[in-house]
Amino acid sequence: MKYISEFRDHKLVGRITHRISRIAKGVGKQIRLMEVCGTHTMAILRYGIKELIPPNIKLVSGPGCPVCVTPTQYIDRACAYAHKGFLIATFGDMMRVPGSEGSLVEEKSKGRKVRVVYSAMDALKLAKSFPEEKVILLGIGFETTAPTIAASISVAKEEGIGNFMVLCGHKLIPPAMKALMESGEVRINGFLCPGHVSTIIGSRAYEFLARDYDIPCVVTGFEPLDILQGVNLLISQIYQGEAKVENEYARVVTLKGNPAARGLLKKVFRVSDSQWRGMGIIKDSGFSIAKDYSRYDVQTRYPVEVIPSREKEGCRCGEVLRGLIEPRECALFRNPCNPSNPFGPCMVSIEGACNIHYRFGHKGKL
Amino acid sequence: MCIAIPLKLISKEGTKGWVEIGGTRREVGLAILPDARVGDYVLVHAGFAISKVEEKEVQQLLELLSTVS
Repeated sequence: MKYISEFRDHKLVGRITHRISRIAKGVGKQIRLMEVCGTHTMAILRYGIKELIPPNIKLVSGPGCPVCVTPTQYIDRACAYAHKGFLIATFGDMMRVPGSEGSLVEEKSKGRKVRVVYSAMDALKLAKSFPEEKVILLGIGFETTAPTIAASISVAKEEGIGNFMVLCGHKLIPPAMKALMESGEVRINGFLCPGHVSTIIGSRAYEFLARDYDIPCVVTGFEPLDILQGVNLLISQIYQGEAKVENEYARVVTLKGNPAARGLLKKVFRVSDSQWRGMGIIKDSGFSIAKDYSRYDVQTRYPVEVIPSREKEGCRCGEVLRGLIEPRECALFRNPCNPSNPFGPCMVSIEGACNIHYRFGHKGKL
Repeated sequence: MCIAIPLKLISKEGTKGWVEIGGTRREVGLAILPDARVGDYVLVHAGFAISKVEEKEVQQLLELLSTVS
């Protein structure tokens, strides 16, 4: 496919891995680089990138899987709406995440109305096609996905589609990266910044991290050559003693991001504090629906009470999300926790570190 | 969940467009990328075009990578 296969060229991969090995030798010490985005984690394991880079460079997964950082209470709330007869429209990844009492897929098997959609507009179409139903779209995702949900809310208002609502759980990446740096518990020497989030917010969104925390940042794409070039730029900065933001993914990411998307976000949402699984409440790290659009906010229009949520005992998703442990260090990993019997969200989502390590982790090593 | 793929925009009508993938057409929303033009390659995420692929940058990166040593 155009713009994909070019970035999988094995000759170029050979050149760049050779350079990485050379610089890594020069750096000498152990280097820990965090790939913030779950899509990066998937590409890294899938393409065997960890085996192409020298042992003193370690790639650590971060909190960039939206399903994984969504707190249990959100799932409980979605299930509560399903109980009350609302029609839940959701991206497929959310279906099997365990809540305190069960998952959405279990709700569906009990005959509740739960539908998987591919796009926010599909949920809007559901609302149009079934005017007698109250349709709730589960608004999950980072800055990449939030504008698509904002677009659907904006269209709903323009067209007066009154039975369409959103359960807003959107989260923002830079505040979570800041929280990781502030916590001081994660030892990392550089960030591979999420490429597709950056198409919206622009590479400048990470400048405060390089400036205030002296940490190198490289906005990186998702093909093998992109990731290797991201690693190359990061360790080159470390070798030179620099900390700046570089943009490896300039074919789709600009300095300022996407103005139309940011305009939609500003119109429909407002920035608010948000609860992250494993990280607690992070200031200004999420979106809630703005007052002008409160008719489309199901929590304002039809508030429900949910009991305090319960996590499954022994699940260490929180530590995996903060980059403190590898999935295999969790006693539940593989047995009893696996994709057929997930204990926590990181084993459910195809972008969850535990699920990815389960699927692509190599013999003996993991 | 942040997966997005570059696809060619083959037609456009207001805030709706159609992209081609493996010989089939799929509708994409253009609300986030209103300036996209027919013939552009656009990055598609969850049914929306979110960014345009800049050919110039593709060539620059590939050239840079081929001179890495």
